[in-house]
Amino acid sequence: MAIDLTITIAGEGGEGVISSGDFLMQAATRAGMEVVTFKSFPSEIKGGYALSQLRISDEKILSQGDGFNILVAFNGEAYSINKPLLTPGTVLVWDGPHGDFEPEPIPGVTMYNVPMTHISKQELKNPIAKNMVAMGSVAGLFGVPMESLKASVAAKFKRKGQDVIDFNYAALQAGYDYVKQNHKKTDPFMFPPARPAKDVITLEGNQAIALGAVVAGCRFYPVYPITPATSVGNYLSELILKVNGFVYQTEDEIAAIAAAIGASYVGIKSFTATSGPGVSLMTELLGLAAMAEIPLVIVDVQRGGPSTGMPTKHEQSDLFITAHGGHGDVPKIVLAAADVEECFYLTIEAFNLAEKYQTPVFLLSDASLSLRVEAIKRPDLKSIRIVDRDAARSAVDPKEFMRYKNTPSGISTMGVPGVPGAAYAATGLEHAENSGPRTSVETKTSMTEKRWRKIERIEEETAPIEREGDADADVGIISWGLTQTMVREAVTRLRKKGHRVAALYPKILWPVPAKQIEAFAGGVKTVLVPEANVQGQFAELIRSKTSVVPVKQTLYRGEPFLPKEIEAKVEELINANAAVPA
Amino acid sequence: MTTAVTTAAGAVKLKPKEYRSAIEPTWCPGCGDYAVTAAICNALSANGVDPDNAVIVSGIGCSSRLPLWMRTFGFHSAHGRAIPVAVGMKVSRPELTIAVTIGDGDAFAIGGNHIPNAARRNIDMTLIVMDNGVYGLTKNQNSPTSREGLPGSLMPFGNIDAPINVLAFLLTYGATFVAQAFAGNPKLTGEIIGKAMAHKGFSYVNVLSPCPTFNKVDTFEYYRPRVQDIPADHDTGDLLKAIGIAEHALDHQKNPEGKVPIGLLYQTQKPVFAEKVDALKAKYKGSDTPDWEKILDGYKSH
Repeated sequence: MAIDLTITIAGEGGEGVISSGDFLMQAATRAGMEVVTFKSFPSEIKGGYALSQLRISDEKILSQGDGFNILVAFNGEAYSINKPLLTPGTVLVWDGPHGDFEPEPIPGVTMYNVPMTHISKQELKNPIAKNMVAMGSVAGLFGVPMESLKASVAAKFKRKGQDVIDFNYAALQAGYDYVKQNHKKTDPFMFPPARPAKDVITLEGNQAIALGAVVAGCRFYPVYPITPATSVGNYLSELILKVNGFVYQTEDEIAAIAAAIGASYVGIKSFTATSGPGVSLMTELLGLAAMAEIPLVIVDVQRGGPSTGMPTKHEQSDLFITAHGGHGDVPKIVLAAADVEECFYLTIEAFNLAEKYQTPVFLLSDASLSLRVEAIKRPDLKSIRIVDRDAARSAVDPKEFMRYKNTPSGISTMGVPGVPGAAYAATGLEHAENSGPRTSVETKTSMTEKRWRKIERIEEETAPIEREGDADADVGIISWGLTQTMVREAVTRLRKKGHRVAALYPKILWPVPAKQIEAFAGGVKTVLVPEANVQGQFAELIRSKTSVVPVKQTLYRGEPFLPKEIEAKVEELINANAAVPA
Repeated sequence: MTTAVTTAAGAVKLKPKEYRSAIEPTWCPGCGDYAVTAAICNALSANGVDPDNAVIVSGIGCSSRLPLWMRTFGFHSAHGRAIPVAVGMKVSRPELTIAVTIGDGDAFAIGGNHIPNAARRNIDMTLIVMDNGVYGLTKNQNSPTSREGLPGSLMPFGNIDAPINVLAFLLTYGATFVAQAFAGNPKLTGEIIGKAMAHKGFSYVNVLSPCPTFNKVDTFEYYRPRVQDIPADHDTGDLLKAIGIAEHALDHQKNPEGKVPIGLLYQTQKPVFAEKVDALKAKYKGSDTPDWEKILDGYKSH
């Protein structure tokens, strides 16, 4: 990558750290760059440590990276936390003098002071201008176009009036002027010059899910708010009205999944999004949807657990509950998105699979991915395949119509209200082909097998899994969700170093794509599964469904993997293998 | 089974028994719910409801088996969750006729959170609770409507809890139609349910439907001398007067002279939820064939 610049802005929640990152992101996309963001903040409205990171490149960015080139520290806490990452070659822009700290010189680190607090309080008479002063100084130091920052300011404060916009322009200018008058640039980092804008759209993870859902044909979204899933609904509330759909705020998560099942029963594509505690509440009705064979999509934006855990933090610990959740034998499908583009396309895939197999489908995202912003290639909607359920569309003979006909595929034709002759009573009781409740040995056996047969061949019926890297590799990495983006970066670096490494990037995690995992494992010496949970949940599922015994690399600190951590683990495994005499 | 013939007006002409499926009820002999089933069939017939465009939704329990005996579409869902399942149907397809038929435990214990939120939004559906004051399918436990002192398997010494006043509950939470019926009078019950289904908005019918097997106190014989039609001159548009009737609806449990009010307590017209949604769709120029490229343009960095 000719350009690979990472800027981190850190400070206290409520100081405008997150919006500053958004402004820089918008400036970079306007300049035709690829962008990946990472945001982290506590579960409070104001206060606590907040971070917004932005990686900019002229090429496709694999992950959020390991660290930063430039740190903008709004306070002493932000400086202390990030001090270990201030390695030679990095730049610190800090609040001072008259801030709450003064950094000690670090060899090889360029430091620029900007009295952000002082300028905003004393000159501008308004402490909330601090982040604008900081952004103005960033523009002055690194060549971020002021016009672009001003355009973002104007868009953000349009509803608050010209006075507010002008005040923020003045704050930007004050920061810009300060660095121009007081500092001589000594670092090499410059914001990239504008290139022709690509045909991209810029989406946040949860926004991509919302857009994917309406493209898939979703017209009803019952939901109960929960961090970090809430913004899916925020992005949908007005969008879905434009396609004659509706967001319905329910009284709890149980009502949300119940309403989604009700809407799907009457033929309307519907889904809900939730997070950990909400998934726990919904598990009973997963069984109802599976038993009554109602297409159902649930997005689980995972967060740190168990219990309330860490609502705003990254974790990949809901694989077990989504694969195994619900009493009895509940056939389900679990997908996981790795990046923003996949949040869009896998949401559509989740609807397609739910419609095809008439059973619950989970899409897993996570707190980090929910907030990640990427510019993705503008989707060609005409080329996107949309699947609709097998349903009676016109009058059927009620004597012939069997809602739960035990077919070779297990999939039966649904009856939808409004279609004469197709009436049936769905039930969570075990039932015969005509939907009448039955408790006979034959019915229970054959209908259980029917429901599970539907998803038996899903591995063959869906797209093959992407594999990258060397044949006959020393280490083969299998990962899922956001961790795949760090694995991609680690694999690229390891192979550049001459290591023989491969990776498999499954999107459907349950049912476990056992055949392709077996085949992949057969071509590598050691299988490594890095994932952000303590039990090694995917590694355990792989062990239970294949002959593969993976090495687990688990992490459960509330922050995603860094590529270098996976890189180090792979090198450790390669060295250990080399130490063993053949 | 008969396929409904739709008239020019959109209504159908079917006899009450043509709303029944081929499946026979499995209730105990003498159960009040037989009469409720008959009353619902009468109401559907009288209202000319097209069974292919109607869904009867229930939860779990004796009474919740009801949709299985019906020729309409049906959903025998999960314990406590019939109301949100039905809400999902009605909000996404407002043209359907939606009724919920559940028991008192389903409605007021495990599913108690759902009634206020469907009622206050005036979702155009009918909630029929078959109230027998007992959990029957699990063989005799007290329910939220059990009277004090009623023995149950978990309180063999008699219920130590006070019952919920369901009529007051529904009136307070904003239901726009609140009535009480008695399974001992299926004809009147059918008429009340018919009115409830014809009502535009969230309608509630509490049907006192005795359990002959487990509740030996609140029986048909107990209710017959105590039921009393709400006076014809009661102003059904007056919420405070309706609450006044509800306030005394359980007096009979303590006072031998107390009466059980039967009939319509309250009815008012308010905008239904679907109308508000339709207005929003119009405001946002909702379309079944939207300009997708324009929608995508909204995600470009300007």
